[in-house]
Amino acid sequence: MDFSLTEEQQLLQDSINQFVEREYTFDDRKKFLDSEKGFNEENWKTFGSLGWLGMPFSEEDGGYNGGPVDVMVIMENLGKGLIVEPYVPSILLSGKILADLGSDEQKTNYLHPMISGEKIITFAYIEPQSRFNLSDCLTKATASDDGFILDGYKALVHNASASDTLIVSARTSGNQCDEKGISLFLVDANTKGVSLRNYSTIDGGKASELTLENVSIPKDSLLGAMDEGFSTIDNAIDLATLGICAEAVGIMGKMNEMTLEYTKTREQFEQKLSQFQALQHRMVDNFMHYEQSKSLLVMCAAKMNDNTEDKKKALASLKYQIGLSGKHIGEESIQLHGGMGVTDEMHIGHYFKRLTTIRTLYGNSDYHLSNYASL
Amino acid sequence: MNLSFSKEDQEFQQEVRTFIEKNYPSEIKEKQDQGIPLSKEDTIKWHKILNDKGWLAVNWPEELGGTGWTITQKHIFQNELAAANTPTLMPFGVNMCGPVIYTFGSDEQKEFHLPKILNGDIWWCQGYSEPGSGSDLASLKTKAEKKGDVYVVNGAKTWTTLAQHADWIFCLVRTDGSGKKQEGISFLLIDMKTPGVEVKPIITIDGTHEVNMVYFDNVEVPVSNLVGEEGFGWSIAKFLLAHERTGIAGIPSLKRELDRLRDITTQIQVGEGSLKDDAMFMSKLDKLEIKLTAAEYTELRTLAAMSAGGHPGPESSILKILGTDLQQELSDLFVEAVGYYAHPFMTEEDLASNESRIGPDFAAPVMPHYLNYRKVSIYGGSNEIQRNVIAKAVLGL
Repeated sequence: MDFSLTEEQQLLQDSINQFVEREYTFDDRKKFLDSEKGFNEENWKTFGSLGWLGMPFSEEDGGYNGGPVDVMVIMENLGKGLIVEPYVPSILLSGKILADLGSDEQKTNYLHPMISGEKIITFAYIEPQSRFNLSDCLTKATASDDGFILDGYKALVHNASASDTLIVSARTSGNQCDEKGISLFLVDANTKGVSLRNYSTIDGGKASELTLENVSIPKDSLLGAMDEGFSTIDNAIDLATLGICAEAVGIMGKMNEMTLEYTKTREQFEQKLSQFQALQHRMVDNFMHYEQSKSLLVMCAAKMNDNTEDKKKALASLKYQIGLSGKHIGEESIQLHGGMGVTDEMHIGHYFKRLTTIRTLYGNSDYHLSNYASL
Repeated sequence: MNLSFSKEDQEFQQEVRTFIEKNYPSEIKEKQDQGIPLSKEDTIKWHKILNDKGWLAVNWPEELGGTGWTITQKHIFQNELAAANTPTLMPFGVNMCGPVIYTFGSDEQKEFHLPKILNGDIWWCQGYSEPGSGSDLASLKTKAEKKGDVYVVNGAKTWTTLAQHADWIFCLVRTDGSGKKQEGISFLLIDMKTPGVEVKPIITIDGTHEVNMVYFDNVEVPVSNLVGEEGFGWSIAKFLLAHERTGIAGIPSLKRELDRLRDITTQIQVGEGSLKDDAMFMSKLDKLEIKLTAAEYTELRTLAAMSAGGHPGPESSILKILGTDLQQELSDLFVEAVGYYAHPFMTEEDLASNESRIGPDFAAPVMPHYLNYRKVSIYGGSNEIQRNVIAKAVLGL
């Protein structure tokens, strides 16, 4: 058994940390958030040139042959900086789907420019009624003479307004919740009938509600085989789930660090807060939550890397834990900061908000606990 | 990063399994599986079987009788022993006193004691806590006064586990009352047969006799039984704490017991089905299993850090808290699972007798175990003390 990172992974970690510390200050981040796209395109190109965007893809696809452990390293360290660039929706979701199902031509037109940072592609699959069920899909695609007609509605499509292309899941056969009968389509963002209602999310991101009304797309927009999109969606969501769990671990570590720092500085009753035993023990509990989360993260990344039989169970246990520990560390960190913890000015609240959305993203603790039980 | 077993590891696992199958005495196995308390002889028998194979002092240096195994092999070995429900060995000799003696002891002490620890001829117990010194261990008062070539020891130790079986006791004693309280403490090895040593039982809430008071009344101990220098006892105590952190969580046994509880849920009838159909109960079991997995991998990360750099990482300090939390929560789930059949008061004698038990066999030991396990968050430095230690040593508060 070996828990250590390779030399390449160490270097990757160092370069992300350097970027986060030197080029991603909180003031910078605030400017990116206030911009129309909601992130910085220069940063995105930097990610591309440093090889972070291509990491999870094979060399034939123009990537660097990285696996889940590399994804963990990237996301955990991006998490520390509360990075808002769309690594998860574009690279881990859409990129993964394109790599799995794309034809040579589709890869050339979409995956390659995505890896180089020129194209942003997002994945639209959530529907208002689907909650966390990946097979619940009402959006319909019907065959037409020269392609398909899409009709339906998608919720919480991350970074849709900044995306050139959307990958949309749609039902081509079967009933509302059948796994079989879901197909995946590439849809150009400015196709007639595609409309977005854009909004900011609580964690500083951008998302949209997407309406598809009589959207006509060509035959070659279909990704992979008709009716067979489900397992690809499932795999892509698994990788993205690992990604946001790693991000959460980065965030929790950072929050613990900030809380310790704060209590060592702030004085009440002529004492540093850090000298009160009632508070010390709570910070120890936060530390334990962090270590438990980190342990399951490492275990899960390694199992996904080795493609073990129990990797889905490992992922369910990880996401359950992240939900639990995310709530604990998040809420306790705010409490330990006292009144300052609820101000927009302090960084802690921003980490708290991202951690809080991660608890729900791709299934909350209850959902993953019941997944765990069924596996 | 690679967490799967190599081909060599898999072969090793098979070797351990085969060894246990062939050498685990069936009469001891039967007692273990039925929750019947083991006698001193049972425990020593298994101790000797492992020692004959060279698999007893797993963590000792190889030249002193250790195994030289990798962390993965140790992990496999402990898991296989636990899965087969082999007896828990007394830690006081092989895991505690042994490492102290080979690290700090004189040549004479090493020569005399190490072989006897390995072959199980001496049963050790631990004399740390005192009636007035619990969490504040350094306030201990048992006095050792040097008179010629002996120390004269007076005082009392408490919570001494299985002292009624012990041949020797290792003690923290006060050799100097002036100065800082930590500085006047020494580490002394005492033969329990020395005149003036008296053992009195303490009966705990589960009705068992596991712990004792040990009184010392003008007990004369040769000065050659002092380990290290006078006043060095506190450093040895801290060394032992760090040395013994890993493994303290008892994770392999927890895994076996959790699996056993899962199996029991299918045997407990509820209406026309079984407890397994109770989603609320089963979800508590699942949550506990995830917490156990997190603790297991925290321990593995610690072991990996130790084998790479020699020092346990900060994550090791939380293992005592995590492990004992799990032990207590699991013991409570067992009680919950068996329902009313946790109520009959089963003494050690009842458990050991041939008479049929009241209720299902698996129900009888459940409540005594739950009651007994209140101790785990108190002993070895209470979990509150552990939090103080982590706050100071790890978080720098």
